[in-house]
Amino acid sequence: MELLTSPWPWWVAGPIIAIVMFALLYFGNSFGVSGNFRTMCTMMGAGKSTKFFDFDWKKQIWNLVFLFGTVVGGFIASQYLMPEVNIGISDVTKTELIALGIANPGQEILPAEIFNFESLLTLRGIIIIVVGGFLVGFGTRYAGGCTSGHAISGLSDLQPASLVAVIGFFIGGLIMTWLLVPTIFTL
Amino acid sequence: MKYFKYLILGTLFGITLTKAEVVSWYRIYEMFKFQSFHMYGVIGSAVVIGIIMVQIIKRRKMKSIDGEEINIPPKQFSYPRYLIGGTIFGLGWAMTGACPGPMFILVGNGYLVILVAVASGLLGTYVYGLLKSKLPH
Repeated sequence: MELLTSPWPWWVAGPIIAIVMFALLYFGNSFGVSGNFRTMCTMMGAGKSTKFFDFDWKKQIWNLVFLFGTVVGGFIASQYLMPEVNIGISDVTKTELIALGIANPGQEILPAEIFNFESLLTLRGIIIIVVGGFLVGFGTRYAGGCTSGHAISGLSDLQPASLVAVIGFFIGGLIMTWLLVPTIFTL
Repeated sequence: MKYFKYLILGTLFGITLTKAEVVSWYRIYEMFKFQSFHMYGVIGSAVVIGIIMVQIIKRRKMKSIDGEEINIPPKQFSYPRYLIGGTIFGLGWAMTGACPGPMFILVGNGYLVILVAVASGLLGTYVYGLLKSKLPH
């Protein structure tokens, strides 16, 4: 039981992710979560006005079911497999984040000060949650995939396009984390 | 019932990313600050094993569950699309601390405020669809 309830090391998670990718290929599909954003836009009628969304979304039901499974998985893990949350980040990270105004780094999965509904009334909360979400949705479709589609599926298939996309992920991520997060967090 | 296997795979993925703390904003921050090996280990080991699996699929011309040869379509190469799109995605990823998969897993973990980020993500995808023809690809 302790194996299930203590945090899983990278060498457990990485191979399982590879197995999930392999299973989806074996089932005749492919691993890519962000395609579901496009499917959902189509389901909400975006195909009527925009050609990009004009496709048969029913062919993507398998991916929506997979997505629903991820929600179920998150629920099961939080309810039954996580007796206590203590994200094992490094001490350097903790010290830095305390200086940026995060009271208890790692005590919850997300910084409690930012990820709550009241926070949406602050500039900081709006930028991180609303603008951040928008950039994820816009950028992933522009790049034709997200972490699962490019960093896992694409790199596993040695696709040069995916390598460029992952380099882009890091350019954006480094600019944000090193240059912008310190400013945004102290807003 | 044909969709049941996808539910199981999704559930496994959701449990794994929660248990390995990949869904944590802190882990993403730490990764971009190069302060821990953890995330590099997760993604790196998945890719190394993934490369081996894809090579086996291709060399053995493995068939899918339906008996058809597994076909992995190559992505058309270009710089602007992947570099600009990827950078925009990276800015959002480092800010919210979640890429699309973890967003949904976090909702399952009870962080309902992430639904707002999901709604924003949908809007972002929609706006991309509207602007697609005007953007460099």
